[in-house]
Amino acid sequence: MIPVGFDYQRPESLDAALALLAEHGEDATVLAGGHSLLPVMKLRLAAPEIVIDIGRLAELNYIRVDGDEVAIGAGTRYRDIVISDVLAKECALLPAVTRTVGDPQVRHRGTLGGALAHGDPAGDLPAAILALEGTIVLRSPRGERKVPITEFYTGVFSSVKEPDELLVEIRVPRTGATGWAYEKFTRRSNDWAIVAVAVVTAPDGARRIGLVNMGSTPLRAKATEAALAEGKSIEEAAALAAEGTEPPADNAGTPEYRRHLVTVLTRRALQTAAG
Amino acid sequence: MRLPTGLVSRPMSILGTRVVRTEDPVFLTRGATYTDDLTDERLTGALHVTLVRSPLAHATINSIDVEEARNAPGVVAVFTGADCDIAPALLFPAANKKMLRPFLATDRVRYVGEAVAAVLTEEAYQGEDAADLVDVDYEPLDAVVDMKEALKDEVLLFPEAGTNSVTAMHLNKEEPGDDFFADCEVVVSREIVNQRVAAAPLETRAASAYWGEDGRCTIFCSTQNAQSARDEVAGWLGMDAKDLRLILPDVGGGFGAKIGADPEFALVAWLSKKVGRPVRWNESRSENMTGMVQGRAQLQTITIGGDRDGTVKAYRLDVVADAGAYPRLGVALPMFTRMMAPGTYDIPKVWSTAQVVATTTTSTAAYRGAGRPEATQAIERAMDLFADEIGMDPAELRKKNVVKPEQFPFTTKGGAEYDTGEYAKAIDLACEAANYEGLRAEQARRRERGDALQLGIGVSSYVEITGGGAFVENATVQVHADGTVTVLTGTSPHGQGHATAWAMLASEELGIPVEKITVKHGDTDLIPTGAGTMGSRSLQTGGVAVHNAAVELVELAKQRAADVLEASIDDLELDKATGSIVVKGAPGAKSVSLADLAGTEELKVFHEWDAKKPSFPFGAHVAVVEVDVESGKATVERIWALDDAGPILNPLIFDGQRHGGIAQGIAQAMLEEVVFDPEGQPLTATFADYGIPSAAELPSFDLVTMETPTTINSMGYKGVGEAGTIGSCPAVQNAVIDAVSHLGVRHIDMPLTPVRVWTAIKEAQEATR
Repeated sequence: MIPVGFDYQRPESLDAALALLAEHGEDATVLAGGHSLLPVMKLRLAAPEIVIDIGRLAELNYIRVDGDEVAIGAGTRYRDIVISDVLAKECALLPAVTRTVGDPQVRHRGTLGGALAHGDPAGDLPAAILALEGTIVLRSPRGERKVPITEFYTGVFSSVKEPDELLVEIRVPRTGATGWAYEKFTRRSNDWAIVAVAVVTAPDGARRIGLVNMGSTPLRAKATEAALAEGKSIEEAAALAAEGTEPPADNAGTPEYRRHLVTVLTRRALQTAAG
Repeated sequence: MRLPTGLVSRPMSILGTRVVRTEDPVFLTRGATYTDDLTDERLTGALHVTLVRSPLAHATINSIDVEEARNAPGVVAVFTGADCDIAPALLFPAANKKMLRPFLATDRVRYVGEAVAAVLTEEAYQGEDAADLVDVDYEPLDAVVDMKEALKDEVLLFPEAGTNSVTAMHLNKEEPGDDFFADCEVVVSREIVNQRVAAAPLETRAASAYWGEDGRCTIFCSTQNAQSARDEVAGWLGMDAKDLRLILPDVGGGFGAKIGADPEFALVAWLSKKVGRPVRWNESRSENMTGMVQGRAQLQTITIGGDRDGTVKAYRLDVVADAGAYPRLGVALPMFTRMMAPGTYDIPKVWSTAQVVATTTTSTAAYRGAGRPEATQAIERAMDLFADEIGMDPAELRKKNVVKPEQFPFTTKGGAEYDTGEYAKAIDLACEAANYEGLRAEQARRRERGDALQLGIGVSSYVEITGGGAFVENATVQVHADGTVTVLTGTSPHGQGHATAWAMLASEELGIPVEKITVKHGDTDLIPTGAGTMGSRSLQTGGVAVHNAAVELVELAKQRAADVLEASIDDLELDKATGSIVVKGAPGAKSVSLADLAGTEELKVFHEWDAKKPSFPFGAHVAVVEVDVESGKATVERIWALDDAGPILNPLIFDGQRHGGIAQGIAQAMLEEVVFDPEGQPLTATFADYGIPSAAELPSFDLVTMETPTTINSMGYKGVGEAGTIGSCPAVQNAVIDAVSHLGVRHIDMPLTPVRVWTAIKEAQEATR
């Protein structure tokens, strides 16, 4: 339970952090809240040569309305998202989902950017941002690029982010205070979701559905979304929620069970979102 | 019933009052001092021991290369099995004599986590780095995880033993005959699993050792019984026990898994001698989840027969118990399971048998209840299965078949002699508190409506053994000239509150307040004999010893005071208000305090109390669960627990024991299971994967009081440490199954996870289609 030795750097600015990342590339790992990284380092499942701590960069800690979107700094702690008045008004799904992450200690340390960069398919936030059709902002000394979340993940714990890039911002549409729901199904209150379903009503009125732990990346329940667009009932549409998913098998559930569970949770989430 | 003398009501008695635990301020402020926290000067410069552990469940070892590790920074020494001259040991006497455990593996490993080398370093972190450099060449062998597979003897853990069967101690010479169930109108049989669970104490295993210039070895360690741990370690090391001293700092939980010594304790002592320096060892949580003994792990076949009027006539329990790789105390526990097989019921015919088998998994031993909960779970499932079959209310069926008050003392078909009990009354009181009829009505309404959230009601009736096996305990009570008191006890508290409880018992007899009484334990030089704390034994053995010692001390004081006061001893008594010996009925006459007597001559009594037999506490629990039949998720909503362990010494401690016990019973029913994959790899070696509950998974507990004294000691005390676990687990399992029984479900194995409940509903519905 003691990590392999590593170098530690705590840059004082975003630019300095980007320079360090560019210098060390794949040998470096970025530390923010540390609740995903430190356990795997202690179990010696990860052994980075250098850890770049961006946890105290104030430049990455903000929540503000920007045109049709809300921009959230990657270093924003879960706790700040949970209590954000801006998000409660402009994008209420996000604080609701964030409130279910871990426990109070985790929520005071963990960051939105960290959760998205880590990309755990059992994590709450990747699927929520997917339902919101958010945008990931990546930056390196080479410049900045915006990647739609729909194109961000490439597999388990992997994304299109290059080793020299830092996830600096998340942008979500202003979906408002209503028309959303999050159904998280766990064994214990603090566990990762066995399955979870995030539903949000987009500005155009369409309902979008993000699925947690139903495949190697967060997924959209596309068949359900399409059925709803065609005017099918919630019951009919929710029954299609497992289409195109490849859920994992573990102690908490078989793939067959998860395929069933996702239909139940999708129906409940849609009913809640409908008010 | 005769009222034991201890129960005679006394004005102003401290017994039965809610004295706040005197040990808590330290725990709640600066924290406890566990073995690994010690800054004892005798451990100055201690080396850290890191054990290289097998990543494979079953393999032969071709070679071990430690050269690179030896040259790593901070490494002082590396030892393998080839260096270790501690003879491999039989860890339980009744086990197969060929199933010896090496202290470091030599030619073969038999479970994931088995120690193959020890790395000694100046700093702890250097040990983990160096351990990674030890290169072990393993030749994998087939693992055998499933008990039934192991019984086939196709893959042998110990080829020299020729079998995986560990013992014949629980087998019967003959079968009961074909007519065992012949007179029964209804017979129900089922295989059920009492799954393997981990004790998971917050303090993992730890030991530190140093050798003095006098050739004696001192081991600081975390155990539930210093004296027997000392004897075990001395035996393994071939030492005279007099040359070994065990000192227990605070112990952070045990739950049975810290009974006795672990082989690592002896290894640590041996390593210290070998390098000529003190050494310290504290395992990580992941090591603990494979290295510390685990509990339960029984496969049971229950068969119950009787008539449609609810008369149970015959019961048979066939057990296969998993010993893990190296047989330990788990070998013996089916003895308790068999003895307690009939539970609270007067069943004319009872038959039981048990096989114990070795598998390539972590060894098993005691876990809160240790053999008795397995019996209770089996008979309580059997009663519900039988009730379902004949269409009778499960509470009614139980009351019809329990042993009646007038039958005590009652010798069961399991061979136990139940001392005292009122089993039907306990069921009635628990059901009354729960508004059982109202709950059944609500259940009927939900079934009628076809709600997604169905209600389940589970009842358990239980009796268990406390103070079994180790009947003798000692206490020393000494009054000092400054008016303070020292109590030495052979028990070994690790959360049970003996510092408070034993002080209350002494205070009651001596008239000296609790805050002036210090209780000491767990140093084998100070207290050479004692049996420690396990099996809910402490109050009825060690507590009664303290009481008896204090009573004797007062007698001694009266003898001495007779001279001082020039009075007949018969005219003297202790004035408990002042802690002084006074002349009866002569207020204002001369008196002498216990402290003054102690100033003249040592005022100290050693008392050894032999309870001679165990006691049998009992109770009844009613659990209410909600089951979401769409998702399979079950939630425990309420639990009413009646736990009768005789008179209550301190309600705060008594209820605390029940709270912890109930939580662990619910945890086994709902969440916890140690899982190995078919290759013997542990899948639950972290707290993220292993399902220990938090407060969020538990309801508030409703406690129902009943106090039926035992006749085996003067105070009437029985034990309560394991009661909550034994009563709650079957009540909760029965409740979850009850919630979905109208859908055709008859049984679901623990833990009752959503996927299992959902699968059971689905299979039942498919079967009826």
